[in-house]
Amino acid sequence: MSESNQSMALGHSAAMEPSPYAIPSRKLAMWLFIISDACTFGALLFAYGYLRTASPDWPTPFKFFPSILNVVIMTVVLITSSLTMLGAVDTSKSGEKSKTLRWLGSTMALGTIFAILHIREWAGLIHEGVRLFENPWGSSLFGASFFSITGLHLLHVISGVIAMAVIARGYSRGSLSAGHVESTALYWHFVDIVWMFVVPLVYLMSIARP
Amino acid sequence: MGNSASGKRGIGRYIPVYVVLLVLSGLQVFLAYARLDRNRLLASMLAVAIFSAALAIMYFMHMAQERRSFFWSLIPATIFVLLMMNMIWSDSFRLLHMRPF
Repeated sequence: MSESNQSMALGHSAAMEPSPYAIPSRKLAMWLFIISDACTFGALLFAYGYLRTASPDWPTPFKFFPSILNVVIMTVVLITSSLTMLGAVDTSKSGEKSKTLRWLGSTMALGTIFAILHIREWAGLIHEGVRLFENPWGSSLFGASFFSITGLHLLHVISGVIAMAVIARGYSRGSLSAGHVESTALYWHFVDIVWMFVVPLVYLMSIARP
Repeated sequence: MGNSASGKRGIGRYIPVYVVLLVLSGLQVFLAYARLDRNRLLASMLAVAIFSAALAIMYFMHMAQERRSFFWSLIPATIFVLLMMNMIWSDSFRLLHMRPF
């Protein structure tokens, strides 16, 4: 077989350099997206810190019940969803399709519960009079910064649930592989990590003291 | 760090990390009500959050199983960018005290 025929038989991979990190391009692309998204959230959290430091009357509205308790439940739900996502990655690598779909379904259910709890938290604050540019307690910037940060995170959670639904459908039909499940899992864990910073900086630093 | 993924399967091996993450989240809530001064509270909260994130990155996102070169290409550069964003703080304190410079 000639060199060009060999190359055609092996596909384009024969003519390409190997991956510098010995990982699939899909996974590398997801990591690069995560890095850029981490900088986006980092900038938002730093901006939040800037506004908070520069505002002497920053509100501290989060009571243990319902807000902090709700946030604790949301945290447990999100960390548990990372665990179920790991189950999906493991079973997809060993080709257990039905188990993978069950794990993905569990993760989507937990993600949906998180989103519902988050919207409930928002509804409670809106009911208390918090709007984008006003609130009953202090600095008018509180609402805009709070809704921007938690809203962007909620958008990531909802996008992740939709992405998982698409991946689960493709995986069950055989058009998507275990690699797709793994890339989605990387994104989902990142959403979890962002929440680990949002909770202390946005909620726990602003608890209402009796 | 190694070059290949672990052959061991099942989510049981992630349970210890999962439990530690839950405990660290509980610790953050405890610290919030511990009546520390604001700077110490912020430092403690950030330390716990960074440790939690490191655990999740290394074990849940399997960075511990990737090549060292991958880790060194991504993580220090990201930390550097995030640290560079800290240049805003002096200005925020200036605003608080209404000083022009």
